[in-house]
Amino acid sequence: MVIAVILIGALYALPNLYGEDPAVQISATRSGEINTTTLQQVESVLRSESIEPRGISMEDGQILIRLNSDGAQLAAQDVLATELGRDYVVALNLAPAQPAWLAALGGQPLKLGLDLRGGVHFLMEVDMEEAMKKIREQMVTEVRSSLRDEGIRYSGVEEDGNDVLITLRTAEDLEQANNALRNTYQGYTTDADGDSNSLRLEMTDEYLQETRVNAISQNITILRNRVNELGVAEPVIQRQGQDRIVVELPGVQDTARAKEILGATATLEFRFVDTENDLRDAQEGRVPFGSRLYDVRGGGQQLLENRVILTGDHIVNANSGFDENNRAQVNIQLDSAGGNMMSLATRDRIGDPMATVFIEFIATGETTEDGRIDFERVEEVVSVATIQARLGSNFRITGVGSPADAQNLALLLRAGALIAPIQIVEERTVGPSLGAQNIRDGLTAIVSGFVLVLLFMGIYYRKFGLVANAALFTNLILIVGVMSLIPGATLTMPGMAGILLTVGMAVDANVLIFERIREELNEGRSPQQAIKHGYDNALSSIADGNITTLIAAIILFAVGTGPIKGFAVTLAIGILTSMFTAIIGTRAIVNFAWGRQKRLSKLSI
Amino acid sequence: MFEITKVDENRPLNFMKLSTPTAILSVILLLVAIVSMAGKGLNWGLDFTGGTLVEVGFSQPADLAELRDVLADNELGDAVVQNFGSSRDILVRVPPRPEMADADSVGDNLFQLLRSEVDSDLEMRRVEFVGPSVGEELAEAGGLAMIVAAICILIYVSFRFEWRIALASVIGLVQDVVMILGLFSILQIEVDLTILAALLAVIGYSLNDSIVISDRIRENFRKLRNTEVPDVINISLSQCLSRTLITSLTTIMVLFTLLFFGGQMVSGFALAMLVGVVVGTYSSTFTRTTIMVALGISREDLMPPEVEKEGEEQDNLL
Repeated sequence: MVIAVILIGALYALPNLYGEDPAVQISATRSGEINTTTLQQVESVLRSESIEPRGISMEDGQILIRLNSDGAQLAAQDVLATELGRDYVVALNLAPAQPAWLAALGGQPLKLGLDLRGGVHFLMEVDMEEAMKKIREQMVTEVRSSLRDEGIRYSGVEEDGNDVLITLRTAEDLEQANNALRNTYQGYTTDADGDSNSLRLEMTDEYLQETRVNAISQNITILRNRVNELGVAEPVIQRQGQDRIVVELPGVQDTARAKEILGATATLEFRFVDTENDLRDAQEGRVPFGSRLYDVRGGGQQLLENRVILTGDHIVNANSGFDENNRAQVNIQLDSAGGNMMSLATRDRIGDPMATVFIEFIATGETTEDGRIDFERVEEVVSVATIQARLGSNFRITGVGSPADAQNLALLLRAGALIAPIQIVEERTVGPSLGAQNIRDGLTAIVSGFVLVLLFMGIYYRKFGLVANAALFTNLILIVGVMSLIPGATLTMPGMAGILLTVGMAVDANVLIFERIREELNEGRSPQQAIKHGYDNALSSIADGNITTLIAAIILFAVGTGPIKGFAVTLAIGILTSMFTAIIGTRAIVNFAWGRQKRLSKLSI
Repeated sequence: MFEITKVDENRPLNFMKLSTPTAILSVILLLVAIVSMAGKGLNWGLDFTGGTLVEVGFSQPADLAELRDVLADNELGDAVVQNFGSSRDILVRVPPRPEMADADSVGDNLFQLLRSEVDSDLEMRRVEFVGPSVGEELAEAGGLAMIVAAICILIYVSFRFEWRIALASVIGLVQDVVMILGLFSILQIEVDLTILAALLAVIGYSLNDSIVISDRIRENFRKLRNTEVPDVINISLSQCLSRTLITSLTTIMVLFTLLFFGGQMVSGFALAMLVGVVVGTYSSTFTRTTIMVALGISREDLMPPEVEKEGEEQDNLL
């Protein structure tokens, strides 16, 4: 068992010995696709520039080109970015240089934290208050208009926290209003108060939660799209806590540029499809006055009227769902101004197709004269649907394809809305030189600390010390192996400190056992018995001591961020592996070395 | 065979004789630490105060006075400029700017400013920006972590040993943490998140120490039926002494290498841990045992229960 665990640990620690190749990673943007043609194109481009790749592979819709030097890497990125154009993102990356059989077993080198490899870490806060404000205002206008539609007179409709408070003149009005509004609004419950003739529309906790989650996930989607434009390999974009988003961009140095791109917003427009003129004519260059040609996402073109029915900032919410026939649909909710505009525009256009145009600003990679990033406005038709009835502030788009398509469209519609602004609340950038220096310093410290402890143990406990040293060495391999194996574990600078600390503290278990064995020997027990008692008696202290340290590590993991989490992870892993190697591992060696000698009179301890 | 101490069970070292002097020493040191923290306060780092920090590498040794002038001319007069490691490495700290909407751009602007006005080959090594609200939250979370850790440990040790030992352990922890922070206050070393990590690691380390000792005390209470309480503790401490010293020694060795070779980023961490290991060893040897005796620990408290139930007697299991 011991040997098996050690072998597995060593196997997964092995990829770290191979280092990494400079590489260029090509992925497709939404309009592009990676296929064998792209692969051939890449090969021919590299050949014409006489760049000799070490290897080209295609998997998961990405092409990875390994190169022999950093210079070749930069040259390859440069030429490929120009040749492939904007349908593809060409990013610099480092590819593990391990042999294929290791990769096939799932072997991966350690993932380095931003403080070691360089890059930017952003913590962004989503302005929930702003998002909620928009929803509250929207609700108030809606309640007012539906009371008017029902002919119920009210003396006031106002916000009260997240609730809407309606005051009425008479008890009859209250009853009418209650009947009219009850079950009308998803996510609200009604609460009538007869004493003050008031009706409260209370936002349910689930709805509040849903709104928050939507705001965050929508912003994450936007940020992910933006980050893809940056051409960063292995970015991390994830939610943190209630209303925060972490964005980590390894290798990015120009934070100003990164911020500009992340801050750019996408938007949305509804336009009528021009049905009077022929699309083919327009494609041949005879675009009629008052219309324009648009690209359709996924291929093809559409001729749309210049007149904009509505822009995306009127969208309050969009959800995917199913219609009566169980086909996927997207429900859209507009604010009241948007509802009026939509209602006016669609009044006499029932039966006509309406297109949704998604507009985003994509960095061209060049800067304008005043040093700002140059953005290109890219417009694409994402859906075309026939208007079935006069539309108001709540309408739906049916026939959007699969449920996944509907979900996507809803996400895009919400993305166009951007109901919750974001703000950077924390930023940490580490330059590549500092990262490299941190790795150097960390390794020097670990190696010298390790050697010191090995020497000390060897001198102080002699042969048993060597056993402890073997355990310590195995422990180091196991920590690296386990950390390489766990997908979420990254090595950070404090993490390296944690490894070193476990080296220093891991010997504690062996010290406890060996001291105990010496005591037992002093008390006159035979060597074999002394070993047995030594291990047995030391066990409970070792376990208790390590569990308390583990408690501290877990708490640290829960509280800390980034590098500190890295420390907690290495500390926790180190405690577990050291218990294994120091107790079970050394015992196996000791039994093997001394256990068979029947007549053992003296121990080298 | 090398040995630090050879303990004769009949003539143990008399640690308990030192309990009054060490108690006085503890009180004095704690007072000094608390007075310093109250007076000078702690030098809270960026992680807790919020603000901006920029570390840059100049192509030649930098002139601090010139830098300060450049910054003062650009509304950054409140920035603190200092060398970091070498004369070419400069660290600039700017206090939080809560009134600025784009406070996160202070670092970028500062870097561009220095590059255009002072050194065109300036190298960006590190830019950190922490918004004031984040800083506050980290400080709160840090304090909370300490308290939660203390409570969890209190519960665990009470469960495994006895409440007097648990309480003594936790008081020892408080002493460790206060003394480390006191030293950091006196020397005005910056307290950042890595120090918090160090404090929690010290808690783990110091507790490990006291658990080993407590375990021995319990064992000896059960074995040496006719010995007085202080003597049992003396015997236990003597038996543990060489283990205590060796483990402290190996840990101190690796911490020294971390302090000397690990670079600036972890030097505060290494220092806090170094102090912590020394103080932790001290408090598990003297403070905690003194408190245990003062709380009136007795043999009966640590005897195995009369009626043995399944799982109650856990010594043989774990």
